[in-house]
Amino acid sequence: MESVFGLVGKDFAIVVADSSAVHSILLHKTNEDKIMLLDSHKLMGASGETGDRAQFTEYIQKNVALYQFRNGIPLTTAAAANFTRGELATALRKNPYMVNIILAGYDKETGPSLYFIDYIASLHKLDKAAFGYGSYFALSMMDRHYQRDMTVEEAVNLVDKVIMEIRSRLVVAPPNFVIKIVDKDGAREYAWRESIKDAPVIAS
Amino acid sequence: MARYDRAITVFSPDGHLFQVEYALEAVRKGNAAVGVRGTDTIVLAVEKKSTPKLQDSRSVRKIVNLDNHIALACAGLKADARVLINRARIECQSHKLTVEDPVTVEYITRYIAGLQQKYTQSGGVRPFGLSTLIIGFDPYSGVPSLYQTDPSGTFSAWKANATGRNSNSIREFLEKNYKETSGQETVKLAMRALLEVVESGGKNLEVAVMTKDHGLRQLEEAEIDAIVAEIDAEKAAAEAAKKAPPKET
Repeated sequence: MESVFGLVGKDFAIVVADSSAVHSILLHKTNEDKIMLLDSHKLMGASGETGDRAQFTEYIQKNVALYQFRNGIPLTTAAAANFTRGELATALRKNPYMVNIILAGYDKETGPSLYFIDYIASLHKLDKAAFGYGSYFALSMMDRHYQRDMTVEEAVNLVDKVIMEIRSRLVVAPPNFVIKIVDKDGAREYAWRESIKDAPVIAS
Repeated sequence: MARYDRAITVFSPDGHLFQVEYALEAVRKGNAAVGVRGTDTIVLAVEKKSTPKLQDSRSVRKIVNLDNHIALACAGLKADARVLINRARIECQSHKLTVEDPVTVEYITRYIAGLQQKYTQSGGVRPFGLSTLIIGFDPYSGVPSLYQTDPSGTFSAWKANATGRNSNSIREFLEKNYKETSGQETVKLAMRALLEVVESGGKNLEVAVMTKDHGLRQLEEAEIDAIVAEIDAEKAAAEAAKKAPPKET
């Protein structure tokens, strides 16, 4: 039921994830942030087993930070992607992490890039990628409308089209989505697309 | 005494651990390092012995980051320092991973000191031959701290301290001249203390300043030269004031 997808534009990359925290038939919350800031210029959107998702992405984040302290320079996106894939591969034959990852980053030398890493440690460098049931609709919409070197406005337009498809066609569609962007100025939250807002807690 | 200094797990009859004391000797031969804690700034200054002409001095950093809010300088065996710093950096990230909080300065100091102590009570290993000066701001309270550890594994907090070569003279200077400072005054105090034993000049000092908002900043050689010039000018003015007869008696 979780959807994560992403695409590369002109000098930026976007990652979008739904924000539902689901436990069997219960929706715990609708503002769960599944896109982690790996470092100043990397985003890691993850979907899958809730515990594995949190544990694994935090583990990768701390190791990326450690590399930077040890070596004085940050990892490239490609290096981070290969490291992540390596960790998944090592765990695969014993205790697999059931997490699917879309890793997006911006490197000064090579610009924006996007990596598709699934739970059995496949790694693909792509312009657009998607996970989850929403991927059926996301990939179709992106295949139809995606172009190289889109502007931020065009890309967000496409993202909204995808979200519209997921909302209208997926039987248990997640109500809310978070959009994050990474470019030369860093990785940051871009916007939320909410159709349900958690009710504010009334102070007693 | 020669029989009691081989394996360090053995006490000598008069209660010494000779290997630990020899490690402290190694520290005393290392380059001078000074740390000063101000109200909003903490400064580390380390002596840079003359760089060989062909060596790329940027690859010899004596003041290092352990985390975004913690830095370390040391005196003694630099190779041992690399090992200790690596373990400390891993611990900083590991702590953040398990409890989702950055380490406090005291925690990481206790960890490093604990590591140094472990190597004074194990078979077949020798102690780390270095003393460290650890500075940082506590992540939530924002309080600045300066700690020192030594090869025996003891640690304590300081307002200002020195280690390495001539540390006693530097400490005497600090005891005489220490007062609560902030900002640039803290930098000057640290540099003045180090200049007591080190030749004047930007290429003989490595200075790093840590503030709560900007983390650790290594000063450029030109900046250091400028501050050294200020210090020299202040010293000259003080000398002249002493020599000139007082106008009012």
